[in-house]
Amino acid sequence: MSLLKVDLPGLALKNPIMPASGCFSFGKEYSQFYDLSKLGSIMVKAATLHKRLGNDTPRVAETMSGMLNAIGLQNPGVETIIDEELPFLSQFDLPVIANVAGSTIEEYEKVATALRRSNIAAIELNISCPNVKEGGVQFGTDPDVAAEVTRRVKQAANVPVYVKLSPNVTDIVAIAKAVERAGADGLTMINTLTGMTIDLNKRRPLLSNGVGGLSGPAIKPVAIRMIYQVYEAVDIPIIGMGGVRSAEDVLEFLLAGASAVAVGTANFENPLVCSEIIDDLPFILNKYGFDSVTDAIGKGHIDA
Amino acid sequence: MKKLETRVVSMENIAKATYQLVIHIETDMLKTIKPGQFVHIKVGEGTEHMLRRPISICDLDVTKETLTLIFKVFGQGTDKLATLTAGDAIDLLIPCGNGYPIDEINASHVLLIGGGIGVPPLYYLGKQLIEKGIKVTSILGFQSASDVFYEEAFQTLGDVYVATNDGSRGTHGFVTDVIDKESLSGDYYFSCGPTPMLQAVETKLIDTPGYLSLEERMGCGIGACYACVVKTIDGASTKKVCQDGPVFKASEVQL
Repeated sequence: MSLLKVDLPGLALKNPIMPASGCFSFGKEYSQFYDLSKLGSIMVKAATLHKRLGNDTPRVAETMSGMLNAIGLQNPGVETIIDEELPFLSQFDLPVIANVAGSTIEEYEKVATALRRSNIAAIELNISCPNVKEGGVQFGTDPDVAAEVTRRVKQAANVPVYVKLSPNVTDIVAIAKAVERAGADGLTMINTLTGMTIDLNKRRPLLSNGVGGLSGPAIKPVAIRMIYQVYEAVDIPIIGMGGVRSAEDVLEFLLAGASAVAVGTANFENPLVCSEIIDDLPFILNKYGFDSVTDAIGKGHIDA
Repeated sequence: MKKLETRVVSMENIAKATYQLVIHIETDMLKTIKPGQFVHIKVGEGTEHMLRRPISICDLDVTKETLTLIFKVFGQGTDKLATLTAGDAIDLLIPCGNGYPIDEINASHVLLIGGGIGVPPLYYLGKQLIEKGIKVTSILGFQSASDVFYEEAFQTLGDVYVATNDGSRGTHGFVTDVIDKESLSGDYYFSCGPTPMLQAVETKLIDTPGYLSLEERMGCGIGACYACVVKTIDGASTKKVCQDGPVFKASEVQL
């Protein structure tokens, strides 16, 4: 259906829907529920240079209309991901977005360099993971550092780079503009908001990491606000995410300025959610008077 | 594994904060289920509960087309589940995880050792073992007499010993105290219950091969989110409780 098509740097999307990184592993588990070729794209789980075992459990906690997670970037390392995880996805008709994480700028560079031999379509540069002691979010909270990581990964990579922004900052527009100037091809936003829940019986934070990343419908208004503000300040495309669980939510993200939309936590509630949203989206676009996805992008702005 | 929308056949309060939920499941699906597997249930409508709740399979009946689950109310999610009544719709992923490998063991007498809400999966397991001609002895531990359930059901499988922490029913103490007191042994054991109990059982029966079913807070329930991991015994890697387990060989993982 051409009304769902969106063209972004490196990503010729048949529709704007993709599972968000960390919520879909490398696709295998969800492929038992539907044909992954139906998806616009897939953002696979974060890769670091070496294998990471992640944090102790409990790693997740349910909160009102959301959840906290502190997985801690568990992954088998970029080389194993290229050799053992990504080949599975080649049977599907969809561009793959690899999520690149690291503890140092050099590690980000090395992961991006390693991925040159894979057939990914784009990189999502994860400078915003709140759950690791070193790296991650610190690269996403200072505009100069964020720009430097972006510049270096752009040089190392052979595919377009989308920078994943952290909402845990005072001025997300400043970070967005800094990474745009540094050569980012696009933005993905938002990562999780840092949060905590305390076990009343144990009188201790429930997650073993103490702090976790809040996701789910609870954070959707924050995501909409941030995308709205960033859309007005940059010229590069935005892939929006944060609490999406319906085609109406997708339209709201498009109106705020997202060109495509990722679905995270809702996959846990309903493993078929991405497939169902793709089915519903044409009707929702039509219901609200849009001819296509591209027709709706940014149309929620006051001067649109 | 499938996502099914089905209906509740019955809900019954069978012990303190403990509920027996019977749901309708078609025979073809029931025939694929192995003892020790679980279902991942959606809690309520809307966005309030974004995470499903994993509940182990206690029993099934292929002629009546029913699946029996037993759960305890621990928080807001299970509290909401307990409000379901006959005829209500229910949404679940089924079947999840790997069960007890009963076709791979060579045993003539098996110990079933359950603690609290770890007791239910041992019931369908026991029924399957009996069908294979294997003798079953059950040791069931609970906090108190008011927590005890399924004692008579297990008696249909073989000898049953109950222990309570406060001594209000059966042996005063833990399941391991029963093993000592009654000098119980088997050529295999299967256990499910709280981690301290599993640790004690593993230590007590160090020379007996066994399988443990673990519990952990889960996200997706299908192996994608890495929430419910457990470290392998050498500490060098992890296993996913939802996908690689919930049943593990004793001493395969760190408790």
